[in-house]
Amino acid sequence: MLFPPIQGELCYFYATTIIPLMTYLSAIGSYSIMVKEVFKKPTKWPIMKSLIFKEIDELIFNSLGIIVFISLFIGGVVTIQTALNLENPLIPVSLIGFATRQSVVLEFAPTFTSIIMAGKVGSYITSSIGTMRVTEQIDALEVMGVNSLNYLVFPKIIAMLLYPFAIAIAMYMGILGGWMAGVWGNFTSSADFIEGLQMDFDPYHVTYSFIKTLVFAFVIATVPSYHGYFMKGGALDVGKASTTSFVWTSVVIIILNFILTQLLLG
Amino acid sequence: MIIVENLHKSFGEDHILKGISTSFEKGKTSLVIGQSGSGKTVFIKCLLGLITPEEGTIDFDGKIYSQLNSNEKRELRQEIGMVFQGSALFDSMTVEGNVMFPLNMFTQQSQSEKEDRVNFVLKRVNLVDAHHKYPAELSGGMQKRVAIARAIVMNPKYLFCDEPNSGLDPKTAILIDNLIQEITKEYDIITVINSHDMNSVMEIGEKIVFLQHGEKAWEGTKEDIFKTDNEAVTSFVYSSELFKKVRQMYLEERT
Repeated sequence: MLFPPIQGELCYFYATTIIPLMTYLSAIGSYSIMVKEVFKKPTKWPIMKSLIFKEIDELIFNSLGIIVFISLFIGGVVTIQTALNLENPLIPVSLIGFATRQSVVLEFAPTFTSIIMAGKVGSYITSSIGTMRVTEQIDALEVMGVNSLNYLVFPKIIAMLLYPFAIAIAMYMGILGGWMAGVWGNFTSSADFIEGLQMDFDPYHVTYSFIKTLVFAFVIATVPSYHGYFMKGGALDVGKASTTSFVWTSVVIIILNFILTQLLLG
Repeated sequence: MIIVENLHKSFGEDHILKGISTSFEKGKTSLVIGQSGSGKTVFIKCLLGLITPEEGTIDFDGKIYSQLNSNEKRELRQEIGMVFQGSALFDSMTVEGNVMFPLNMFTQQSQSEKEDRVNFVLKRVNLVDAHHKYPAELSGGMQKRVAIARAIVMNPKYLFCDEPNSGLDPKTAILIDNLIQEITKEYDIITVINSHDMNSVMEIGEKIVFLQHGEKAWEGTKEDIFKTDNEAVTSFVYSSELFKKVRQMYLEERT
């Protein structure tokens, strides 16, 4: 028995601490086993190839619109806020461009966009796999002898390898949005903004950002898949699983963001 | 032949299957019947390998499922066709795509060979002119036919059906039952059907296994079911007035 009955004063501690802890550890264990299974018994390449292209279209291309939109406005907001906080005349105006670049490249493009993608792409993944679970389509794959995890999750992981390209677009659009807000809003001149963009540029910051993005891509592909694949219940539970998946994907991204920043920049 | 011996399965403290032993023969349609919650679905999922039993063996023509390695299990599963209760057709694929799916996954056939095979099985289940429709565009009966076509497209040795006529009108239900029985005879396969539909029992039940509270309470043929004194079976099978009268008439005729 996983949770043996306990009597007495330990009972409260057991119920409030040990059981939730065991549940989380059990979920992490199941997730790890799932990830291992994804890479076993591969599906035939011609079929896998078409699945990968389908997922690239669904997960990456269909997300570009929202990525461009959000990045453009976030870049603009960062620029305006930086400009409005620069009251000291001794601080050069070019700092607006510098602050926009650093904020967008280091944090807003990789992390903020990934949180949005956890909602957009993650809920799509959980609901599509969850619906397949509820309607026994996953059982049908298993009965046929197909490794359903490889068939369903592997193409998503491969498709998400293109996610850094989407983030590169997010960086570009964020900086463009900053330039538009700064120059058209008369907060800075174009020359000052561009000077700020080029100031103390460290290419490693972009590398750091792309490393983070690749890790987040794996999380966005696999955590929602886990929630969809192992869900139980009916149509209502698919919705609940999508919400839970978004929460956990976001939590994992935020924790990994902290760890990776400490490891790569600390 | 499929031989099941002493099958046990529990979920937590719920003991769902309590030592079921039975066998299913080639060329016969065998029905597993019982009330909702009697363990029918868990039983069939154990046979399919979707649920691992805690105890007991399932022998597929000499191959004991629990003793096979993952590759052998995979090969065995390719000899199994399954019709799920809700059809379980892939929403994103057309009828043709659904039926062709196992061929794409497991054979090296050319596109024209696969198309010929798909046309053949769709014709066999009386479903023509639906190749390019999606599952959502089909009626319940048509979806079941597609599911049967997908289940038999690889020439399986074993066919499992989980409540194949649930949600269908009586006429379509009988058509589906008869289709399954014809296919069983035609391809000489072992067919196991999970059902609680008494019409199916009377129509195609060549062997009937009655489950109650996770135990095998009775087994026999559809002729035996008229004569049995087993109270659990009679109270389940003859719960409707119609079937009570049918049984009475049958017994009067016999005497």
